[in-house]
Amino acid sequence: MLEVRDLSTKYVTRYKEDVYAVDRVSLKIEEGKTLGIAGESGCGKSTLALSLMGYYFPPLHYISGEIIIDGQNITGMKPDEVRKSILGKEIAYIPQAAMNALNPTRKVIDFIGDVIRAHDPTWTKQMIYDHARALFERLGLPAEVLQKYPVELSGGMKQRTVIAVAVTLTPKVLIADEPSSALDVTSQKMVIKMLRDMMESGFIKAMIFITHELPLLYNVADDIMVMYAGQIVERGTAKQTVFDPLHPYSKGLMGSILVPESGLRSAKLTAIPGAPPNLKNPPPGCRFADRCKYVKPECRVTSVPLYEVGHGRAYRCILPEEELRRAYEHGE
Amino acid sequence: MVNKGNPCLSGRGVTKIFGFGRHKTIAVDHVDFDFHEGEIVSIVGESGSGKTTLAKMLLGLISVTEGEIYFQGKKRDLSSGRKKQEYWRNIQAIFQDPFSSYNIFHKIDSVLLDCIRMRGGGNLPREKKVEMMTEACSFVNLKFAELTNKYPFELSGGQMQRLMIARIFLLKPKILVADEPTSMIDACSRATILDYLMKLRNETGMTLIFITHDIGLAYYVSDTIYIMEHGRFVESGSADDVILYPKHPYTRRLISDVPKIYEEWDLSTV
Amino acid sequence: MQHTLRQVFRSGKFIVGFSILMTILLIVIIYPWVVRHPPLQIIGQGTFFPPGIYVNVYDAIHAPTLYTLNLEDAAANRIGNKLRQEDRVAMKEWLVAFGVPEDEIDIDDTEKLLALWEANYNPDLRLPGMTFARHRYFQRVNASIDGLLSTEPAIIAAPNSETGALEQKALIRQTDYANVDEVANVRILALGTDNFGRDVLTQLVAATAVSLVIGLVAGLIATTIGLTLGLLAGYIGGLVDDVLMFFTNLFTVIPTFVLLILISFSIGQDKRGAITIAMVIGFTSWVWTARAVRSQVLSLRNRDHVNLSKLSGHSVPRIILVDILPYIASYVVMAFILQVSSGILAEAGLSILGLGPRTTETPTLGLMMNWAMIYQAHILGKWWAYLPVLVTIALVSFSMNLMNTGLDQVFNPALRD
Ligand SMILES: Nc1ncnc2c1ncn2[C@@H]1O[C@H](COP(=O)(O)OP(=O)(O)OP(=O)(O)O)[C@@H](O)[C@H]1O
Ligand SMILES: Nc1ncnc2c1ncn2[C@@H]1O[C@H](COP(=O)(O)OP(=O)(O)O)[C@@H](O)[C@H]1O
Ligand code: SF4
Ligand SMILES: [Mg+2]
Ligand SMILES: [Mg+2]
Repeated sequence: MLEVRDLSTKYVTRYKEDVYAVDRVSLKIEEGKTLGIAGESGCGKSTLALSLMGYYFPPLHYISGEIIIDGQNITGMKPDEVRKSILGKEIAYIPQAAMNALNPTRKVIDFIGDVIRAHDPTWTKQMIYDHARALFERLGLPAEVLQKYPVELSGGMKQRTVIAVAVTLTPKVLIADEPSSALDVTSQKMVIKMLRDMMESGFIKAMIFITHELPLLYNVADDIMVMYAGQIVERGTAKQTVFDPLHPYSKGLMGSILVPESGLRSAKLTAIPGAPPNLKNPPPGCRFADRCKYVKPECRVTSVPLYEVGHGRAYRCILPEEELRRAYEHGE
Repeated sequence: MVNKGNPCLSGRGVTKIFGFGRHKTIAVDHVDFDFHEGEIVSIVGESGSGKTTLAKMLLGLISVTEGEIYFQGKKRDLSSGRKKQEYWRNIQAIFQDPFSSYNIFHKIDSVLLDCIRMRGGGNLPREKKVEMMTEACSFVNLKFAELTNKYPFELSGGQMQRLMIARIFLLKPKILVADEPTSMIDACSRATILDYLMKLRNETGMTLIFITHDIGLAYYVSDTIYIMEHGRFVESGSADDVILYPKHPYTRRLISDVPKIYEEWDLSTV
Repeated sequence: MQHTLRQVFRSGKFIVGFSILMTILLIVIIYPWVVRHPPLQIIGQGTFFPPGIYVNVYDAIHAPTLYTLNLEDAAANRIGNKLRQEDRVAMKEWLVAFGVPEDEIDIDDTEKLLALWEANYNPDLRLPGMTFARHRYFQRVNASIDGLLSTEPAIIAAPNSETGALEQKALIRQTDYANVDEVANVRILALGTDNFGRDVLTQLVAATAVSLVIGLVAGLIATTIGLTLGLLAGYIGGLVDDVLMFFTNLFTVIPTFVLLILISFSIGQDKRGAITIAMVIGFTSWVWTARAVRSQVLSLRNRDHVNLSKLSGHSVPRIILVDILPYIASYVVMAFILQVSSGILAEAGLSILGLGPRTTETPTLGLMMNWAMIYQAHILGKWWAYLPVLVTIALVSFSMNLMNTGLDQVFNPALRD
């Protein structure tokens, strides 16, 4: 459905500094699959999501790479064209904290109207209303919500409405950036169920789900990609990444999982010390070196490539698989 | 359950009602509790269940509509500013949103200097103060030299929350109320924050009252858990009892709503 | 702080508004230094002299040197000045009615026309069917063209102080010119005079200054009261809040302007100085500032940094001053600017109704409007008496509102594009 090859993008700040927020990222999602992206704050998850749509406007700038959506190569398309023919139709994006950014003076139906009119200004009010009603019915949301203002909706309902607005034009790929992080568990579950239903009924063909909550990601995604400092450091199925992490960073992330299950109280919560490197001038070698328990002098010399280990699995570390596994065994 | 100390904070029939008439909201509805010295307590509930309201009543930031709060066995008395100040030497808080916990017009130093002043160190020489601040910062793995003269918005959310812990480190209160201290920061920094909070508790032996909607976190850190629904405590008990053998349907639902990794997450029950 | 200021001065709207206001201020300050006439002195005998340069005829004649300039179009201009096209048409009309064959009359040939007129016109003859007014009009035209074609010099004569007989002093030829610079008395009345014969421009500048002061005083009073009460009501709540809300509700039922009118009226004409009016305006318009500040404080009060400040044992005044005030400072500045501009407008409104400051001492923009209205300048088409005043009021309040929008965009990132 969606394929990205060696995509790099950067932010140019107000002081004309470059921030390399996405660095040579490749990924591929097949129809019916959900790709999860994990990583701590500031590692470039949201930036990757924005970059994937091929829609660049300052301060975000394209550097290199290719984006192919459903067989169509959109690399180098003009932003205007992308907005008209790709956004919302081929690929839709739910920005982080979108539900808190809704204009409080407008009704839900107006947001849907905006999306439709941006692509086809000829739609009448009645057509928009009929479409919105059908859409809400399809997604299992009450139609009364259409006539409400954002403040009248609870957090969970607001987020589900935002998703409905995003999929108004039935996109093939949906990118959801932290759609449930601000919600409590019950609302979160409803949001996830709605997304899951949309995938299962084929309403959307593929999904990218971004979050730093690993247990959630494990339950939602088929494959998980772990990002660190703008790079992919590990890729594999959800099970592999959670239960058998290879990269020391992924391993560290797994140590921060808190679920109310019997083993939890005896397990030791491990925090990764330190902070991610500054992306203005990332270190030449492994970007995780400053925080890595297993760092070797040669880690800091040249950049570490992403090693493929078969079955779509890959990780970015100079240590061999077995050695890493053995180290983790001992650490525990 | 660990052997409990004396109750240091108790409540009987504590109630908070906002507004009157048609606009009346009962945020906290006749709750009873006993928090013991050195205990780690969690109050768990979904958003709007009244956790923050209860926390603010415990802290004496808002009045109690009905019921009584007992501090160290005696009825709490906050009738004058002096008594309030005395009370606040014993109970302190960390709030949910690190971004709104700081006065953005003040440099970071002023937050820490305030604490020193509150502990009666207002007249210490500057070097001594810097030493204390440096110690507090290094406790949460921050470098005071890098922070001094900075404004709060120049820090990340995780750093701000760590600085809040440094503040508590300086104040060394008997009770700390932490209202969702990790819900606005990512999972990775969350572990760090929890680490420092636990370390601080182990050093000072203070009572820690966690307010959270994250049931996993509550289970991980606490001795005792109170489950709150619509302003009432529906279940309470030792962490293992409440989480592993929940009795109240609400507790069961909360637990089943959390995505897990060893058990199936049942999406059909929403 | 510096950063905010820099941001403010990067906002286009703010800069435009600020420049307009500063220009007005500069004019208001510099003008009285250059033109030192008292603004309310009555100089014109008569009402509404049109804008222009007034040259003293006596002094022009007595200019030290008279220069001879032979200008070709001088005669034509002179005739054109007195005999306008419509007069020519009217003359033809009279002549035709009198019986002169129409094709003999060429109204563009001044000489022929005048000759025909001279030959036929009889001022005492009232043609049948002609109104009396029309009859008088022709008499006036006749008088004005008397001697129009003459090339003789004019004689300046003065009575001999002893005999009392007229003596010729000088001859003024048609080619004589005086240099305006050498004429002793020239007065520029760029905006003419008003109904009392006072110089409109000088008065306008003085009025703008007074109005700005009124606005400033009203704004200061309203903002100070509003801010103080809003802070107290919002933060402390309780009785202060109840009282404030009572007033607020009262003011929403009785429009402020009506109250303003009532108070102004009851003070009485004699006691109403400009500052009194400013104070009355200030005391009646603090309510909305108070209400807005209160609601801002209500939401700030629940911010965690305020809670932390309480937990750190800070006193209420300190929390208000240090933890709340800075957050609403930008908002208060904006409210102040609006208060100043609405104070100016309120004064204008009051004065138009005749309830402004006492009329004899200081001019204000509103009073100028009031006079212009009373003397029907707008009906008589004497635009210079009211239009510049309107434009000034509009410019002042426009510039302030522009500054406000600019500030809003800086302080309220959601409005930035
Ligand atoms: N508008 C911007 N201008 C300059 N740099 C930016 C901008 N937005 C983000 N960045 C930088 O790009 C990097 C990646 O940011 P991004 O928002 O993609 O992180 P994220 O993984 O989505 O984090 P979070 O979990 O907090 O949402 C960070 O270093 C951030 O500081
Ligand atoms: N200052 C207030 N005024 C009116 N209602 C309030 C106020 N604070 C909280 N509430 C109401 O009280 C209830 C509990 O809120 P809160 O204690 O913040 O819940 P939680 O912290 O569990 O999310 C909610 O219904 C909320 O709307
Ligand atoms: S390359 Fe070296 S520093 Fe980087 S993760 Fe592997 S062991 Fe750690
Ligand atoms: Mg993000
Ligand atoms: Mg809360």
